[in-house]
Amino acid sequence: MISVSHLTLSYGEKRVLEDFSLTLPERGVTVLSGPSGCGKTTLLRCLAGLERPRSGRIQAPPPRETSLLFQEDRLFPWRTVEQHLMDVLPQSRWAEVPRWLALAELTGEEGSFPASLSGGMRRRLALVRALALGGQLYLLDEPFTGVDPARVRRLMDALRALDAPVLLSSHETLACSLADQVICLDGPPLRLAKGQV
Amino acid sequence: MACPDRLDRALSLLLPPAFWLGVWQLGAWLVELHVEGRGNELLLPYPATVLLALFRLARSPEFWWTALASLARIAAGMAGGAVLGGLLAALTCTSPWCRRLFAPVIRIVRATPVVSFILLVLLWTGRDQVPAVIAGLMVLPVVWENLTQGIRATDGQLLELARAYRFSRWKTVRLVYLPSLRPHLRSAAATAMGLAWKSGVAAEVLCLPRLGIGAQISRAKQTFETADLFAWTAVVILLSLLMERALTRLIRRPEGGKPL
Repeated sequence: MISVSHLTLSYGEKRVLEDFSLTLPERGVTVLSGPSGCGKTTLLRCLAGLERPRSGRIQAPPPRETSLLFQEDRLFPWRTVEQHLMDVLPQSRWAEVPRWLALAELTGEEGSFPASLSGGMRRRLALVRALALGGQLYLLDEPFTGVDPARVRRLMDALRALDAPVLLSSHETLACSLADQVICLDGPPLRLAKGQV
Repeated sequence: MACPDRLDRALSLLLPPAFWLGVWQLGAWLVELHVEGRGNELLLPYPATVLLALFRLARSPEFWWTALASLARIAAGMAGGAVLGGLLAALTCTSPWCRRLFAPVIRIVRATPVVSFILLVLLWTGRDQVPAVIAGLMVLPVVWENLTQGIRATDGQLLELARAYRFSRWKTVRLVYLPSLRPHLRSAAATAMGLAWKSGVAAEVLCLPRLGIGAQISRAKQTFETADLFAWTAVVILLSLLMERALTRLIRRPEGGKPL
């Protein structure tokens, strides 16, 4: 069971989470949908262990078993596409690199540096890097920014095929329509949107 | 239009040195006029005279051993100063207390006249070690300052990613810190190189090691062989430039690794 209960967190004067509780399914793809700045990213970062709430309880796999796709691509300008995947995979799994590249539709770009990729390509690389890292929970913050609809469909299929639950934040209506569950949020402070059970 | 480009590059490469050689030639000629043929070579020799002196010196094996001895001393001093400066920079960034502890000492090292250091180190160690120690002392603050700035300027988002993606400490250094520090290392190398050579050769002039460019410069001064003094100075400049080129090549940014 993945759940957060009574989370409270502020950035200075700004209350981002206040007594926020949510339970997530243990399998499938769940989309967190809501306006920018409502606190979705903060919630994902709390689940990844990167933010420490002032109070509340998080029941989720430990951070070392969690894979987070950051809101920003956070690619290394000095590493090639292939090296980005090799960096997160143990050497014994380097043979998987072509498969991950194929998933990101970046085959043929192995030797390219991020600066020579388009925004969508960079996002796909960041996404497959997070997926290649693996874990018991995938937290994906806006994974489809700049990605075209056809690729969003294919990537959502791949996410649904993962063994672990996927929690992603997205504004894309397409991603919402393809998800197993959509949680509509509002804020700040973060809360379930009206009509959401 | 490759040809005009090549011509332009060749001109921009050759014209400035040619201009300054012309200025030097004119200056030497004016000095010769002023002293009315009573030995202008003592004050300002012609460029050709210096070149001939350099060729004459280069024919003797001692010239090469002397240059090699100075090069080895200064390179060793630089390496020592760079390693120590890097370690201190890393420590400085680990805690504010380390910064409080090191910053004043580094400031003192930077403000102390190099001659004071040379004489003190000469008292404490053998004359052959002084140039290396002095070169290291001059390099240390430059490396410390640049690397401290570089470590602080390392992208926090990449460091957070390294933590979240469970990179080991060594992997974080290799994939995040070292590439981020490259521009700072390049800048430190360029500044430190000139300082190391200037101070190292100055130390050799004062300490007179058995083999050393500085000792040869001192001898040339004492025997009024100004052309030799110029020739040895040219050797220092050449070695410094070659070392700088080699170092910057070693730490240049990998191809394509432009900032996003």
